[in-house]
Amino acid sequence: MSEWTTSTDTLHNGSSGTYLPVKGLISMATVTFDHATRIYPGTERPAVDALNLAVEDGEFLVLVGPSGCGKSTSLRMLAGLEDVNSGSILIGDRDVTDVQPKDRDIAMVFQNYALYPHMTVADNMGFALKIAGTPKAEIRQRVEEAAKILDLSQYLDRKPKALSGGQRQRVAMGRAIVRQPQVFLMDEPLSNLDAKLRVQTRTQIASLQRRLGVTTVYVTHDQTEALTMGDRIAVLKDGVLQQVGTPRDMYDTPNNVFVAGFIGSPAMNIGTFPVLDGSANLGRARVPLERSVISQLTEDDRNHITVGFRPESLDLVPAGEGIPVVVNIVEELGSDAFVYGSLTNEFGHADAVHSGAGDAQIIVRVDPRRVPDKGETIYVRIRGGEQHLFHAGTGERIDA
Amino acid sequence: MSPTRQSLQITAANPDPALLDLPWHVPLEDWPQENLAALPRGISRHIVRFVRLSGRVIAVKEIGETVAYREYELLRQLSRIDVPSVEPVGVITGRRDPDGEPLEAVLITEHLQFSLPYRALFSQSLRPDTATRLIDALAVLLVRLHLAGFYWGDVSLSNTLFRRDAETFAAYLVDAETGDLHHNLTVGQREYDLEVARVNIIGELMDLQAGEFLEEDVDAVAIGNALAERYTELWRALTEVESFGYGERWRVQARIDRLNDLGFDVGELDITTDVDGTTVRIQPKVVDAGHHSRRLMRLTGLDVQENQARRLLNDLDEYRAATDRQREDEAFVAHDWLTEIFEPAVRSVPKKFRKKLEPAQIYHELLDHRWYLSQQQHRDVPMADVVKSYVANVLPDRPDEQAILGVQSGDLRDTEQLPRIEDDIILG
Repeated sequence: MSEWTTSTDTLHNGSSGTYLPVKGLISMATVTFDHATRIYPGTERPAVDALNLAVEDGEFLVLVGPSGCGKSTSLRMLAGLEDVNSGSILIGDRDVTDVQPKDRDIAMVFQNYALYPHMTVADNMGFALKIAGTPKAEIRQRVEEAAKILDLSQYLDRKPKALSGGQRQRVAMGRAIVRQPQVFLMDEPLSNLDAKLRVQTRTQIASLQRRLGVTTVYVTHDQTEALTMGDRIAVLKDGVLQQVGTPRDMYDTPNNVFVAGFIGSPAMNIGTFPVLDGSANLGRARVPLERSVISQLTEDDRNHITVGFRPESLDLVPAGEGIPVVVNIVEELGSDAFVYGSLTNEFGHADAVHSGAGDAQIIVRVDPRRVPDKGETIYVRIRGGEQHLFHAGTGERIDA
Repeated sequence: MSPTRQSLQITAANPDPALLDLPWHVPLEDWPQENLAALPRGISRHIVRFVRLSGRVIAVKEIGETVAYREYELLRQLSRIDVPSVEPVGVITGRRDPDGEPLEAVLITEHLQFSLPYRALFSQSLRPDTATRLIDALAVLLVRLHLAGFYWGDVSLSNTLFRRDAETFAAYLVDAETGDLHHNLTVGQREYDLEVARVNIIGELMDLQAGEFLEEDVDAVAIGNALAERYTELWRALTEVESFGYGERWRVQARIDRLNDLGFDVGELDITTDVDGTTVRIQPKVVDAGHHSRRLMRLTGLDVQENQARRLLNDLDEYRAATDRQREDEAFVAHDWLTEIFEPAVRSVPKKFRKKLEPAQIYHELLDHRWYLSQQQHRDVPMADVVKSYVANVLPDRPDEQAILGVQSGDLRDTEQLPRIEDDIILG
């Protein structure tokens, strides 16, 4: 389908180096997945199932989910590496569903970043433009612009050997930037780093992306990375988009039980309990439910409701009140302390509850200056209004 | 070795106890010279060292733990499906320096004997068409990988090793870090691999030019484009659907012959006819590289590269004609050729020269030399004389390619110092 590129959309020929974007002149580099579906040959369940997702111009969107959720497949569909079996993908207004990867005007970042030892920094950054036949003066201009953003201006005529490791990395990044792609794609770029560097690097990537203002789609399995980097986050599970929103949206109003349990560290405590006399019955403890909530329950819920509460939404109460928790471990982090505790069957079905710590376990944030001892029993209550309610049947959120 | 508190975890199919004696508590960058083999290294984003181990050479690469295991598994799968790639030896994790600081995991692969990195080939100033022959070899490798469902993700000359294969080269994959094995590749995956290959090759050649290893007037872009052309040609020949009239059924055999000529066997050929039976459509479904090398292996037990095999088979045919044994069973003739011609010729090369080239490559050069001498002397020069002349006049000037590759110390210094990107910082 190579004839495609020449017809309607002359402004989008960025990868061949035919134009310099001038703000306000080029169309917006949005990305749209429109019912995009990928079914691998020989499988029945789609790896990505009718994905609908609109990424705004200049936005940093993170695709996140457990392994096998379809996030990398979605990214590779956008890159043109995976076929789209139905639906379509647009970059700006242009349907790229059947366009070859190299003609999509995207850059996969961090795929190939070995530097050439005998070339100058400027040549290392600009050689792809030279291959594309871009005029010399324009190459120099683009390289200088990128170098400025990357703080590499004074090194342009040096060889990579003379640079520090971090500077070399930025040269590699510069290689992608000078191509002025409409969209950057990053697939788990930090997976190879140790924990400390991952933290440093993720803020650097995020701030560089904001300076450049280039639409970026970023894939990770790490919800902390997603929360700290993305303007918005899209959570996927089993090939199905669960929710898209800002980090705050995802944390405060998860659409369903899966998102509730996936976003947040430590994870939310979630349990399914019978509804009796207008309350969710957590053994002797009760969580009163508004009438509007109860009216939304369906037959499928079998008179049960799923209640989620974050570790920081629990208050300690005097012995005998609330939910008893036997302290197993106290994790002290300085600014915070978390109790990992077990529930007892005396107060309802303990195994109805699970958290990041496991079944019949709950996590409670406590005052780091007054931590309970291991083996002690503490009593907790969900702070009013801080519970999350979900249908026991479908797992969908119930708003009062 | 200084004792260090580290609990190494070694994952290897066939672990060599000598592995334990290597200084794993030292960052690879600082390994003592005595452990290292002086081999030129390509451009890599990781620290890579060639290390002597029990009389052989292994390549050690520092790399993140998950990536190391992943690449190890991928390389194992690739060797299982018989794609030319380096043999994985193992993964070592749990390394710590004497202060207890964790060190990166390593992936260990077998060093490919008689293999040549492209930088070494260029610094040996080979014939001017070296680049073209390298590109041809890489195109064949890429097609074979793609047929097997392997998406490489970072095709480049640096991630490939070359072995002499008669007058051409055979290419081997050495870096599978960015790769993935799929059931079938999409057109997008193949096209992307090809585009990455094109850009990387041009970049690598431009780099050689910037370092004055390659003539300024070599057209790097044309060479990169040639890969794409060569690949596309080969892919078509191997996979394209061909239609013809029912009367032209000879074209089925012609297609098979053409694929054999390209060095491929047809494992499965799809033949369909339309409803009224006037048109036949054929499409190769399963093709295996190594047509000639398999045939030679069957006849003689010699395990050699494809084009070496082609050359040896031609010589076998000549022998058969010269001894007038065309009617005899080919396997018997092959056995006699092996014991009377091939083995005596190769064995008459003095031991001290045998590390220079593989036996099959030596025989290939002997055939070349015989042709040259016969032209010069206007007669059929007997093999014994050819060997004498070859050993006296040609072989002594040849570099030792089993392990050291004949790189001048000056060149070696240049490749030693290749800058690399610290893994630990993406954007410093």
